[in-house]
Amino acid sequence: MITIDSLTKAYDTTTVVDHVSLQLPDAGVTSLIGPNGAGKSTLLSMVSRILGADAGSVSVEGLDVFHAPSKDVAKKLSILRQDAHTTARITVQELVEFGRYPHSRGRLTPECRAAVAEALQYCDLVELADRPIHQLSGGQRQRAYVAMVLAQDTRYVLLDEPLNNLDMVHATGLMQLLRRLADEKGKSIVLVLHDVNYASVYSDRIIAMRHGAVVHDGPPETVITEHALGEVYDMEFSVHTLNGDRIAAYFR
Amino acid sequence: MAPQRSTVAAAAPWVAAAAVLILAIVSIFIGVADVDFRALWSDPESRQIFLQSRLPRTFAIILAGSALAVAGLIMQHLARNRFVAPSTAGTVDAAALGLLAVTILAPGTAIMGKIAIACVFALAGTALFIALIQRVQFKDVVYVPLIGIVLGGVYAAIGEFFAYRTNLTQTMSVWMNGDFSGIIQGRYETLWLAGGVAVLAYVFANWFTAAGMGRDFATNIGVNFRLAMAGGLTIAALVTAVVVTTVGAIPFLGLIVPNIVTMMLGDNLRRVLPTTALLGAALVLVCDIVGRVVIFPYEIAVGVIVGTLGSAVFLAMILRRSNRYANA
Repeated sequence: MITIDSLTKAYDTTTVVDHVSLQLPDAGVTSLIGPNGAGKSTLLSMVSRILGADAGSVSVEGLDVFHAPSKDVAKKLSILRQDAHTTARITVQELVEFGRYPHSRGRLTPECRAAVAEALQYCDLVELADRPIHQLSGGQRQRAYVAMVLAQDTRYVLLDEPLNNLDMVHATGLMQLLRRLADEKGKSIVLVLHDVNYASVYSDRIIAMRHGAVVHDGPPETVITEHALGEVYDMEFSVHTLNGDRIAAYFR
Repeated sequence: MAPQRSTVAAAAPWVAAAAVLILAIVSIFIGVADVDFRALWSDPESRQIFLQSRLPRTFAIILAGSALAVAGLIMQHLARNRFVAPSTAGTVDAAALGLLAVTILAPGTAIMGKIAIACVFALAGTALFIALIQRVQFKDVVYVPLIGIVLGGVYAAIGEFFAYRTNLTQTMSVWMNGDFSGIIQGRYETLWLAGGVAVLAYVFANWFTAAGMGRDFATNIGVNFRLAMAGGLTIAALVTAVVVTTVGAIPFLGLIVPNIVTMMLGDNLRRVLPTTALLGAALVLVCDIVGRVVIFPYEIAVGVIVGTLGSAVFLAMILRRSNRYANA
């Protein structure tokens, strides 16, 4: 369980995240949705200690994220942000091996090697293991980073807009992979999504934010509704049920 | 291409080590006085030249060359820019400025004290550079080393102003131009410190690779980004300070060697660091041998030769960086 208590972040006079209190579950897929500037990414960055908070606290299974040793936190939760630019020319294998760093401090144990091999296998990267990551396509690179956090072997995996710059094929592939991680490995996946329909189809729980606060929180049936989405985004939606999934249309 | 790459990676340090060994032997037997290897044990004069001049000089070259290359490699990583090295980030000029300050203000300071002051200046000068490049958005990565060179020029100008008033301009130019001809036993041992620091860099190599991947990346795996940054820059500053104090700057060495090695072997520091160190040593050995042979029995300072070669490579890098280097 990740317990977020009254977390707050302000820049100058704008409060980006305003006293947010939440509990994130031990398993399943949890999506954060909301318009630009709602504070989703800022919240995720604070939960993963990449960004300091102005007030409030976050604890992961009782571990205070802001004050516990960073390497201990790194065994419990991992965070993937959209990498602006990685110039480092390292191979997929080397990237995934970095996921073992919190466990082995850089000296790979046989257990580490097994975890790396399994992560590569799971993310369908075995053939690309020796390729430098800057030569990969966007979808392949995103998969390589997911393999890294898989090797990191944390219960909680946080992803900030992982579908950015991915086409439909790769976006759907990645969401399927994350869903499998939750179902087969019992991970708790928490991700920021812009596409409400991906959130609807793949999530167990959707948290909708607006102006730095949580305005709706629940399973897709309660959040992907015309009323709730309208409130979150300030525009009109029509929600349809297609093959059992709730799909929101907002194109007109 | 993948298997080829790993074969190259596995062979590279051994090839480089063999090159260093051969060049070191050549270096030992080049000099004005003839040293007969067979007479080393019987002829005390040969032995004296060998132990007091040739061997120290060769050690000094290997230590300075490898440590500077490692310093460049770390700086390139931490600044996330392939053009950043001690000579393009103001580090060398700041170290020389520190050395000048201690020479003017406390001329009697012992060598380790001088190195310490030079290191503090080098670190401060480099930190200012890093702070500058983090605050300014650059349209093109090549502006980053240009800013560093301009900043270095400012440090050098300050130094020259005071050096001129205290009759130290000549001393200053000695620091700025690496030369191993004055190296004898008892005059190079501080370089072992640089060598030791380079080994330390290897121990923490994973930190620097992680920090080079970005703050978020490092934080995620529990690496303290600020500590890695400070540690890496301290290593680079200390190496630069030791080399400038002991033999004088070897311009562009820390720029070209890491670039050649990472172009072939990638950016995983732990893997490329040994090869970088060895290639740095080999390059300085070659340049020193060339400097001793071209106008024999006189010498051209190694700084001039590496500097000429290095600036040519630097220009070539800027001109043909079209795609490979363009994304910082």
